[in-house]
Amino acid sequence: MNNTIIDVIKKYEGIKGSAIPILQEVQEIEGYISNDTIREISAVTGIPSAELYGIATFYSMFRLKPQGRHTIRTCKGTACHVSGADTIASAIRTHLKLPENENTTDDDRFTVLEVACLGCCSLAPVIMIDDTTYGKLTIGKLARILDSYT
Amino acid sequence: MASCGLAAGADEIYRALEKSLPDSVKLEKTACLGFCYAEPMIELVDEHNESKVYGNITLRDIPGIAEQKPPVSKLMLDANGDAPANAQLAQQVRIVTRHAGRIDPENLQDYLDDSGYEALRKACTAMNAQDVIDTIKNSGLRGRGGAGFPTGLKWQLAKNAKGDKKYIICNADEGDPGAFMDRNVLESDPHTVLEGMAICARAIGADEGYIYCRAEYPLAIKRLRKAIADAEKGGFLGDNIFKSGFSLHIRIKEGAGAFVCGEETALIASIEGKRGMPVLRPPYPAEAGLWGKPTNNNNVETYAAVPWILLHGADAYAAYGTEKSKGTKVFALAGKVKHTGMVEVPMGMTLRRIIYDIGGGIKDDRPIKAVQLGGPSGGCIPESLLDTPVDYESIVQTGAIMGSGGMVVMDDTSCMVNIAAFFLKFIQNESCGKCTFCRIGTLRMLEILQRIQEGKGVPDDIGKLEELSEQIIASSLCGLGKTAPNPVLTTLRYFRDEYLAHIEKKRCPAGVCRALVHFTIDREACTGCTLCAKNCPVNAITGSPKKPHTIDQDSCISCGACYTVCKFDAVIRS
Ligand SMILES: Cc1cc2nc3c(=O)[nH]c(=O)nc-3n(C[C@H](O)[C@H](O)[C@H](O)COP(=O)(O)O)c2cc1C
Repeated sequence: MNNTIIDVIKKYEGIKGSAIPILQEVQEIEGYISNDTIREISAVTGIPSAELYGIATFYSMFRLKPQGRHTIRTCKGTACHVSGADTIASAIRTHLKLPENENTTDDDRFTVLEVACLGCCSLAPVIMIDDTTYGKLTIGKLARILDSYT
Repeated sequence: MASCGLAAGADEIYRALEKSLPDSVKLEKTACLGFCYAEPMIELVDEHNESKVYGNITLRDIPGIAEQKPPVSKLMLDANGDAPANAQLAQQVRIVTRHAGRIDPENLQDYLDDSGYEALRKACTAMNAQDVIDTIKNSGLRGRGGAGFPTGLKWQLAKNAKGDKKYIICNADEGDPGAFMDRNVLESDPHTVLEGMAICARAIGADEGYIYCRAEYPLAIKRLRKAIADAEKGGFLGDNIFKSGFSLHIRIKEGAGAFVCGEETALIASIEGKRGMPVLRPPYPAEAGLWGKPTNNNNVETYAAVPWILLHGADAYAAYGTEKSKGTKVFALAGKVKHTGMVEVPMGMTLRRIIYDIGGGIKDDRPIKAVQLGGPSGGCIPESLLDTPVDYESIVQTGAIMGSGGMVVMDDTSCMVNIAAFFLKFIQNESCGKCTFCRIGTLRMLEILQRIQEGKGVPDDIGKLEELSEQIIASSLCGLGKTAPNPVLTTLRYFRDEYLAHIEKKRCPAGVCRALVHFTIDREACTGCTLCAKNCPVNAITGSPKKPHTIDQDSCISCGACYTVCKFDAVIRS
């Protein structure tokens, strides 16, 4: 059994309603939630795997596949939408040579996700790479930003 | 330094100032004053305690600032009140945002120095629970999460509910795309929210509280965590607060990315560790909420108004606003308005004043087309109704809702069919799937809208959209489904011509719908400046410098980026 998972679960022993924070923390460490992870969490906590899987698929934050080294979140909020968010998203895909039906680049450098709203509407259009937010984006600025991540 | 400022580079400016300022100058951090469009901003306070605020600071301004020669052209606010942005501030009434940009949100002492936790002291030592509730009732405060339920009444129900254990919840899920008021309040003044929660807990008899904050707001969560720890150390949270026997422990629950969890019963399910599916009310949370116990849930902004009301009195608060909507409302101004940012105005101010007098009007002085209020539950209000005052009842009359405060301004480059489809797509992603009409009905509506956008609409489609809307409203359990058709209904009501142009003439008047517009380059007018090629997201434009460029129609996605950037009107839209 995976020790990190056991350590995370221990922290929440006796605290009601901990399934979501346990999954969040495990994802933080492992990058995504695999089927094995779900089975292990279930075995230790006694929460049925079906329930854990139900939670992991309900909330958009949980990722069920391995992720790239960096995560790009393109904001799809209203303000970004009226300020050309779709064009920015296309430009990111073109620059990373990422086909429409895939989210992670071949070299595992980036995973591209959409997010409903980052709450930085005054700087639309906005993207977030890992924990850094980039606002007032233009296609001209994009290449330099993306290329600064390895 | 809040999220907007940081995204605009405030951190870099701070570090540069740290290095270059002489020791005689004290450098402090603060949070968001609300002028997000002018970030990064700095405030200089001189030896006479006179303050000047400068905006759009870049690294190039730093040497001047270090030598006490700040960039005069970038002055925004001064003490005399005649700097460019003073008028914007003068029209606002800052109650909920009274500390925003004025204090260091990570410093409890800053908060205490401005009567921080004095309202809680009063509630614990000089008032009984009913006095507190009566004050809130008399203030006329209504819930700022969208629905506008009277807060005092809600507290009364929770107080009257019988139970050995009660909870309070602060709804910081702020899922409406286009809204960021709650983020700003939490990042700029977390203690105000904690104090408001503590006063509520004291009034209804709760000893445990949760703040449900969306995970997309890492900075707000970080500042809240620190604020809770500091307040516990200071004796303002925790056990036996102000030696009154009242105790309150507050925990943070991070959301996991589900808009529906902003709905209070779904939120409660999510705190309990389950899928966030709404359930039928009654019973209301006041009777049976978190883990079946009486629970009071309010929005961030609602709680943040409470300390001020207790300190200044119900009448002072009720002096602002209209007959049925008292006090102030915070709005997040975004979209095609010049001064994007956060504003707080007395209820009853007209949309026009907010957008033009405070917001500075429309970017590039284009014509305004609509203003979107209430996110996916709200609607698009047309130019002709801009004199509508912002109060709950007047906004509902337009077909939109007040919502939580997102105000997205749209100009003539936005297509209303596209906007309606945008919100329905959002609803499609976020519907929890429980009610058939919300799950499938909105999908059928979205398909119709997409068809219209592709020029394949038929005259019957409008009737179908209206019929489906009625059915979805009638047969959805929670607010998400019940309000989901609003963006379609309001655009049909005010912009029907635009729908008809798509359906009958196969034309998108705003030039947005990709299947209906084509872009080509006029070889005569093109100077070969290469700007369009650089801005094409899919590299569909080719040509050598100083020679006419061409657009490859097969790879072109008709986004219009070239059309927008071309300075020589050489890109033709047809
Ligand atoms: C789909 C949906 C999403 C909601 N999202 C939020 C939200 O993000 N924040 C919020 O405070 N209220 C939200 N609400 C409203 C809450 O259910 C609830 O009415 C509110 O938190 C009560 O607080 P108030 O009385 O202070 O407004 C939402 C409601 C629905 C139906």
